[in-house]
Amino acid sequence: MQGELIKFGKNLVAKDELLTPGHRACQGCGSGLAIRLSLKALGKDTIVGIPAGCWAGVGSMYPDTAWRIPWMQTLFENAAAQMSGIESAYRILMDKGKMPERKINCVAIAGDGATNDIGVAALSGVLERGHDILYICLDNEAYMNTGIQRSSATPYGASTTTTPAGKVSAGQATWKKNMIEVVAAHNIPYVASACPSYPFDLMNKIKKGAEIKGPAYVHVLAPCPTGWRFPPELTIEIGRLAVETGVFPIYEVENGRYKLNIDRPSLKPVEEYLKPQGRFRHLSDTDIEMIQKRVNEEYNKLKTKIACFAA
Amino acid sequence: MSKRIALEGSFAVSEAARMADVDVIAAYPITPQTHIIERLADYVANGELKASYIPVESEHSAMSACYGASAAGARTFTATASQGFFLMHEVLHWVSAMRQPVIMAVCNRAVAPPANIWGDYSDAMTARDTGWIQLFAANNQEVFDFVLSSFRIGEDPRVLLPVMVHLDGFSLSHVIEPVILPEQEEVNRFLPPYQHPYAIDPDNPMSYSMVMGPDIYSEIKKAQDVTLRESKEIILQAWKEFGDIFGRYYSPIESYKTEGAKTLLMSTGCLSETAKVAIDRKRDKGEDVGLIILHLWRPFPFEELYQAIKDAETLVVFDRCISLGGPGGPIISEVKSALFDKRKDIKFAGLIGGLCGRNLSVEQFEDALDKGREIAEKGSEEVFETIGIRE
Amino acid sequence: MAEKKTKAISELTWRDMRFGNVFTEPGSAVRYKTGDWRSQRPVVDREKCNKCGLCWLYCPDGAITPLDDGYYEPDLYFCKGCGICPQVCPKKAITMIEEEEK
Repeated sequence: MQGELIKFGKNLVAKDELLTPGHRACQGCGSGLAIRLSLKALGKDTIVGIPAGCWAGVGSMYPDTAWRIPWMQTLFENAAAQMSGIESAYRILMDKGKMPERKINCVAIAGDGATNDIGVAALSGVLERGHDILYICLDNEAYMNTGIQRSSATPYGASTTTTPAGKVSAGQATWKKNMIEVVAAHNIPYVASACPSYPFDLMNKIKKGAEIKGPAYVHVLAPCPTGWRFPPELTIEIGRLAVETGVFPIYEVENGRYKLNIDRPSLKPVEEYLKPQGRFRHLSDTDIEMIQKRVNEEYNKLKTKIACFAA
Repeated sequence: MSKRIALEGSFAVSEAARMADVDVIAAYPITPQTHIIERLADYVANGELKASYIPVESEHSAMSACYGASAAGARTFTATASQGFFLMHEVLHWVSAMRQPVIMAVCNRAVAPPANIWGDYSDAMTARDTGWIQLFAANNQEVFDFVLSSFRIGEDPRVLLPVMVHLDGFSLSHVIEPVILPEQEEVNRFLPPYQHPYAIDPDNPMSYSMVMGPDIYSEIKKAQDVTLRESKEIILQAWKEFGDIFGRYYSPIESYKTEGAKTLLMSTGCLSETAKVAIDRKRDKGEDVGLIILHLWRPFPFEELYQAIKDAETLVVFDRCISLGGPGGPIISEVKSALFDKRKDIKFAGLIGGLCGRNLSVEQFEDALDKGREIAEKGSEEVFETIGIRE
Repeated sequence: MAEKKTKAISELTWRDMRFGNVFTEPGSAVRYKTGDWRSQRPVVDREKCNKCGLCWLYCPDGAITPLDDGYYEPDLYFCKGCGICPQVCPKKAITMIEEEEK
């Protein structure tokens, strides 16, 4: 990585802002921070493709582009496919001597809607074919750009505009799709979860994913003040609570071997995570109990996997 | 020495792509295109073509990967038909608006339901407004020549637009015809290397497609329209160069025995060859009929059309596609519209037939001409007539 | 801020837009004053600040400038006033104050 670096203990972070300020993301945007940090880890020899979603627009409202690296919009469901075409092209052009050998990171950065739902087939195809790309899912747990509609990443009980809490409904009625495990089942070299509340962990994982040969996937929980309905200054805190309550465990799967990156002797009660967010305001004590039970189950399942397939 | 061999249309396509030394192929199988991509896979597997072959999981991803590859600077090729063509529809708009010269062969096949695999142009006709340059081949030599010249046309720095070559599913793709293949050295002379002025380059970062609104979209679309229309000049130039090197000259509209013809049959695709025989027979009987064959569909060849029909009084237009609830077949609708201001005198008759691979005989074309002339003269209650369809 | 290199949209004709979907001015967003959005702004108490840089690290907008003397200064042209930096400052050196009416 060229350019000036700022030291944070053992961690060196690039000073250069490859994502400039002046973008139109909401105040306190978790995705924005995740992208900014990711680009510091990736460096300038990076091409980013982003499908429909907040970041297809907020960094690229003509004529204001916040991107100082080659950046492409893609269609909603084809970010993975488009980047795989770029990656294949570079590989063959270098093979054929039509362009000089160099390392260029081909990175797709897609929301949970584009990843879990409409783009899941294209993503699965790219993972299965083994393209050398990094796929970052920015998971703000709904279709935020179009006004907070549910996705399959919306957590159980969350109120969205298409799963609103109402007289006969308590919000999203299904559990959040575990996309990280879906991706891990493709047996790709590197899968990880991350959160901008843990910036060095996130940046290291992005860097690792980019350096690994073959597909890499990093699932980033991106707290969204607008959609989750909490004051923007709490973005980092909410992300930490998601991890500390076991709702969003931070772990890696490298060549099928599991490693929990952030472990705690005991998890905080899930209520501490749910209470500050307006999207969960309607939940009853019974709902919260049910969620707590399920969070515990999922966390224990993960811990078992980690024990079975320890790195 | 160029050689003359027997090739089915699919293999003519894949041979052209191989000789053009494509860099990236991203394709998904669908009858009747499968032979194209299987042959290409063979070439790659045997080292006869050095390319990145991406066996994508859907046609949407096929065109998406092709776009990415082309944007990265690779010569890119794919093929599809019918349902696959529909599935990639939104990506077609993306590729042309982003000005990437992806080349695609479409083995035209009827739209489902009912489930089918046979040929007509219901797939091609839905892509009229996608901004692609579009060619229709009537025989396998044209299939080869059009696919080869598409790279030259699409990648020309004044064009930089994607090109699709339409060939009848099964009737061309799976029918063996004699094809003259050129020398590789001749192809290399004809096709310069592909270079895009805005290829993705980390040393020259750009933003590809931003959010734009009512205040600028129209200007972008007008620019795209003008560019597509202006590409016709380059198509003509490229076909002239093609003829000079390979000895076969093509034009947007081919005229067959139109001298002195008061009635013209207009056709496209492989059934035009059958129509040629019908014209021969009719002319032997002394009738003043002729045939014009549409090769260039987009950009629409207005000048060539006016020229081709200049002595005609009646135009019988054959469409191998039905435009449900519309003003007749797609081709006749556009021809009528193109001629509206120029030739109000022309009498029209529209015929629709050959759907889903239904074959039409020489006799049926002869009858269709008679019927067409009658309708053109007397007018008709019907928006269109059918040929070979049980009424 | 970067000077405007591109013409204003109202001056662009179709002739300028042949490759209209490719935008060739990387980072042009720095002309856009997101600082106009905020209703509160961060103020750094240098007495308490230990130059750790975490405020700079956690700003979603990159709207904090690392200075040569090692301190970090909010860039008021861009700062949206989200309030994350006081939350992450280990020394509680940052306070959000109400933006005054101009």
